Amino acid sequence: MISGTSVSLVECAKTFPDGTRALSPLSFEIEDGETVVFLGPSGCGKTTTLRIIAGLESPDPGGRVLFDGEDVTQVPIELRNVGMVFQSYALFPNMNVEQNVAYGLKVRKLPGAESARRVREMLEMMDIVALKDREIDQLSGGQRQRVALARAIAVRPRVLLLDEPLTALDALLRERLRVDIDALLRRLGITAIYVTHDQAEAMALGDRIVVMSHGDVAQVGTPRQIYFQPSNRFVADFIGTMNRVRGFVSNGVVRTDAGTIPWNGQGEEEVEVLFRPENLTITEPERGHLTGVVETAFFLGDRTRVIVRGAGDTVLVVETSDRHEFREGEKVGLIVGPDMLTFPDGEAP
Amino acid sequence: MNNRELHHLSILVLPSLTVFAAFFLLPMARLVTVAGSGDMGAYAYVAFLTTPRYLESLIATVVLSASVTVATLAISVVSGLFLERNRFAGRKILIALITFPLAFPGVVVGFMVIMLAGRQGLIGDITKVLAGDKLVFAYSMAGLFMGYVYFSIPRVVLTIMAAAEKLNPALEEAARSLGASPWLVVKDVILPGLKPALIASGAICFATAMGAFGTAFTLATDIDVLPMTIYTEFTLNANIAMAAALSIVLGLITWVALNAARSLAGSTVAAAG
Repeated sequence: MISGTSVSLVECAKTFPDGTRALSPLSFEIEDGETVVFLGPSGCGKTTTLRIIAGLESPDPGGRVLFDGEDVTQVPIELRNVGMVFQSYALFPNMNVEQNVAYGLKVRKLPGAESARRVREMLEMMDIVALKDREIDQLSGGQRQRVALARAIAVRPRVLLLDEPLTALDALLRERLRVDIDALLRRLGITAIYVTHDQAEAMALGDRIVVMSHGDVAQVGTPRQIYFQPSNRFVADFIGTMNRVRGFVSNGVVRTDAGTIPWNGQGEEEVEVLFRPENLTITEPERGHLTGVVETAFFLGDRTRVIVRGAGDTVLVVETSDRHEFREGEKVGLIVGPDMLTFPDGEAP
Repeated sequence: MNNRELHHLSILVLPSLTVFAAFFLLPMARLVTVAGSGDMGAYAYVAFLTTPRYLESLIATVVLSASVTVATLAISVVSGLFLERNRFAGRKILIALITFPLAFPGVVVGFMVIMLAGRQGLIGDITKVLAGDKLVFAYSMAGLFMGYVYFSIPRVVLTIMAAAEKLNPALEEAARSLGASPWLVVKDVILPGLKPALIASGAICFATAMGAFGTAFTLATDIDVLPMTIYTEFTLNANIAMAAALSIVLGLITWVALNAARSLAGSTVAAAG
């Protein structure tokens, strides 16, 4: 429906007037129609990146932003034709729902009939036709964000920019709206850039995820790559839950204080072994690669989350669908599945 | 609420009732009776409509106060927004200087207008050098307007700055992303956001201008604003009844204007949530 626009960032850095470096030089290509999620903790530079693409911030001299190869670095936001969705919704309180959605069309002086038709289409798409005459303060958070989305896409933007759009919503609404946003982005085929600190959102929405840390890109990849092959410890720790055990590699095994894990690699060195909770299987103490003692167990219904002490430097988190009722102090063995990762010990996180 | 509580509450409310009666009800009642005690009786109240001098004075006062309010709001919005959004060396000193006139009595403000635009004033001297003719407007409506705007700005600027600080910057960014020019952002986002503050501070500004006396007293040699007329009736003509009636009319008009502004602001606040 909306033809996609490719976005390129060329050596975009951002230093604020007080000298803080918000973003190290970043070059990145976003294909047309692609949804890219910028993910990271607060202060990692993800929002700055979004604002540079939007035109709300300009990159440090030398940095360039291209839309379909055309340099828009000097083009102010009002002429860039981007759609923005904010965490705080940012709906105009002095206008009702319909007027909010129509605002961008009014600014563009679209003829009345065409504007009304397009507003109607947007309201239908976001499933908020019944709300069209409501004042903004009569809407729930989820409804407000639907209005904000309708307003942003009504102008047929070249790029849709979403800045933590679900963060202010409660868990249930967040889940529902996330599914709807995903469907919307697929349907429109619009280029979308989504900023969040929530890894579940990033996993669900992103064609690609850019994990950021301290103004730098930590890893770029598909959700699966980011989850299964984190390229460094920051990404491994930031995405999902990660267990760590220190050990020494030699002769195809990693020797740790709590046992020996088979390893299909070469060399001899100190390493840190990382594996996810679902990668561990609980077994009898004598049959496990590692042994430990149950500290606590949380029964979650479909699975049990078991916290095991004594098998590593820190506690290990294990998830199991075993129906066994684990008790504090119970001795267990842990089998580490093949999907573990190793990083040389002492590598900067 | 039982009787005992009611009893306690009525004791607690007694001091404020006493003050209210002593300083508001009784003087007002006295003013009303004095106004009706003159030669014209209760007709003193309509005299301001039938006597051209009073009516002109009333119209001049309302027009002056309204234009002072509009000018003050315009200047204060521009400078208030600028001061709130820009950080520069000397900003705090500038804000302190702008609020300085708050402490001046009206007479001093009038004196300053004379020094600027009076017969020996700065503007007169400059225009004499440049055009050969002295421009003197301190003793006219223009001089009064200048003085009133000068002492109104501090009150309004501070209110506007406080309101501007609370504006959500994302609203402006959203409007700009939708293609709004800077002027449209002001018209569609900033001014509606400041509306409650504009109405509240505008009402205060209007009421203050309606009742201002000191500045008018210093400057008004050939103009009669209502407070001056009241003063003249009271002291020179010893027409106490007329002075009282005019006072009540002045009070009523200002009160009506303030209430209209408040209900307007109320509906805005309700709509904006």
